Amino acid sequence: MALKAIVGEKVAMSQVWVNDKVVPVTVLRVEPARIVQVKTTERDGYTALQVTYGHRDAKKLTKPEAGHFAAAGVDPGRRVVELRLDSVEGFEVGQEIKVDTLIQGERVDVTAVSRGKGFAGTMKRHNFAGQGASHGNHKHHRAPGSIGQCSFPGRVFKGLKMSGHMGHEQVTTLNLEVVEADVERNLLLVKGSVPGPNGGVVIVRNAVKGK
Amino acid sequence: MKSTDFVDSQYLRTDIPKFGPGDELKVHVKVVEGNKERVQVFQGNVIGRHGSGVQETYTVRKVSYGVGVERTFPVHTPTVQKIEVIKRGDVRRAKLYYLRDRVGKAAKIKEKRDA
Repeated sequence: MALKAIVGEKVAMSQVWVNDKVVPVTVLRVEPARIVQVKTTERDGYTALQVTYGHRDAKKLTKPEAGHFAAAGVDPGRRVVELRLDSVEGFEVGQEIKVDTLIQGERVDVTAVSRGKGFAGTMKRHNFAGQGASHGNHKHHRAPGSIGQCSFPGRVFKGLKMSGHMGHEQVTTLNLEVVEADVERNLLLVKGSVPGPNGGVVIVRNAVKGK
Repeated sequence: MKSTDFVDSQYLRTDIPKFGPGDELKVHVKVVEGNKERVQVFQGNVIGRHGSGVQETYTVRKVSYGVGVERTFPVHTPTVQKIEVIKRGDVRRAKLYYLRDRVGKAAKIKEKRDA
């Protein structure tokens, strides 16, 4: 698991120049996160930080939410997000986590919910090749083909790749490089692409694999 | 107006002259050879500009020893030291890809006469 993590929102992709070379970047807006609750092994069975960011009108909170924020003594934020960490030592309720927990050149993993594609066929969902456009083919151009054998085994094996819902699932992109982390503008630039639509919530943590 | 403007604006160059398709340019490009750096000039006609913001590029075409050569530069790249506009071209379209099929006098671009 991760040693440090922050939460942000995806703005869009762009490009910057580093040493006269173009670097494709994803712009993330990372507002200071306020710790609402510290989860510990003794009490909760795992270690994590429950944080919130941004601002939300106190009138628009439900009573349970309002009570939760009031108990922590933290301004209500737009969302409540949990950041799983190896250790929560040194963190306390009310503390702010900012972008400067990450530094330029560091490798990070970015987790977000991918764009939903709806009910997708096998060609789009599993990169099947489909079938011929001609040679007598009739209405089976994007069909998956055979899905099994004959009266033995007489059934379709479980887990076979077929059509179905695609996207809108949690996806993590590993080992992205931090190009810039600007505290003043609450800005994080990571090299490469990040799952999910613009405006989506992303969780950035230090890379668990690789260097 | 793009959502990333607050990041892009610091990379936009303000010393780029106004130019468009049909114009003849001298593009001074920094070239790194080993550990030495020098400036190379690429002179030709702009046959199109593409995109917008930091990602905008333009294509310059010249005919070198009878062979057509095209180079595409990002407008805001720091590797271009200077852009000189030599001639303004009088053209009727935004992309001059038809020049690729023409040679000699047929590939000539009329010069703009300001009224």
